[in-house]
Order: sequence, then structure tokens, then C-alpha cells
Amino acid sequence: MLTLIVLICCALVGVALLLNLYRLIQGPSVLDRILALDTMYINSIALIVLLGLFFGSPLYFEGALLIAMLGFVSTAALCKYLLRGDIIE
Amino acid sequence: MHPAIEWTVVVLLLIGSVFLLVGSVGLARLPDFFTRLHAPTKASTLGIGGVLIASCLYFSIEQDGLSVKELVITLFLFITAPITAHMLAKAALHQDSPPLERTRNSDLMTPAKDRESP
Repeated sequence: MLTLIVLICCALVGVALLLNLYRLIQGPSVLDRILALDTMYINSIALIVLLGLFFGSPLYFEGALLIAMLGFVSTAALCKYLLRGDIIE
Repeated sequence: MHPAIEWTVVVLLLIGSVFLLVGSVGLARLPDFFTRLHAPTKASTLGIGGVLIASCLYFSIEQDGLSVKELVITLFLFITAPITAHMLAKAALHQDSPPLERTRNSDLMTPAKDRESP
């Protein structure tokens, strides 16, 4: 029961990742691509959590935490670069 | 495992995944950058919160003791998603990203060098 629901949720999140990939390839500006990359980070965290639920092991959450922190830092650095022309002034 | 807890986990997982899908559909379909910005920053954050709270409940029941890592990830994402959205909107205003034609008060988006002096 829970295994089937986890597989269905994995399919939904996979479709969401494909839509983000479409926006990342066909974004009109560079900001659309940055936003699509940030959303892909969030959906990848969801996929890792679903993988941990599928296998029943709590070992995957450190990877999820690492991906969350790196996604925020990379998006903030790219926005800072686009705003100022420099990351650390 | 108690059936009520399992049903709670299943409902939270389904709600979270549907919200993630809705946020990505909004990112793919909306016409403007600013409308595209508000789709993932709200819907996807809510969806990932649902999935992580479901996982926290499952592992707290399955093993002994409360599992805190999911709550840490949830708190981190709920704090940093508005900051990311604010920085992206600021960069879009800085780069003169074209808004929709029916955006209200769009004369406030013109850069300062094109405005009339008061």
C-alpha cells in the first residue's frame, strides 16, 4: 500500500522534473533558467526523501540537507552576480 | 504500524506530490517571468513541506525517538524560499525583464533614468 503510493508520488515528481527541464532549456532569459534550476533542486530533495521512504532507511536525509543548502547558496550567488556584476564585493 | 498513521502518511505524500506537480506546471505554462516566479516559490515549498512532514511521521513511528532531520530541512526551506524569490525578483527588475501588458502600475517598473523628475 505505502510502496504503491510512494511509486505514484515518484511518478508525479518525475513529471514535475521534466517540466522544469523544459523551462530550463526553453527559458527566454537567464533568470528563467535560474528559477528552473532552483525548482529542480527542490524536486530532487522530494525524490531523495521518497527514495528513503521506499527503502525504509533514514540514511538519505543528510544528502537531502546538503542539496537544500547548496541550492540556496548557488541561487543566491547567481542572483548576486546578476545584480552587482560581482559576488563578493 | 497503525492504519490511521499509515493513512495520514499516504494523504500527506499525495497532497505534497500534487502540489509539487502544480508548481512545476505553473512554471512551465505561465506567460511572464513574474507570474512564473510566484508559481514554484509558493506551491513547491508547500509540496516539499508535505512530503518531508510525511517522512518525519513515518520514521518517528518506525524507529524509536523523534527524527529531527526532516524538520531541519523543512525549516531551512521555509526560511530560504522567500529570500530566493526576493533576490530573483530584484534581479528581474534590475535586468528590465518585460512584464505582461495588463500588469497594473507597470509605470513604476521603468528605470529611474527614464522617469520625469518631480
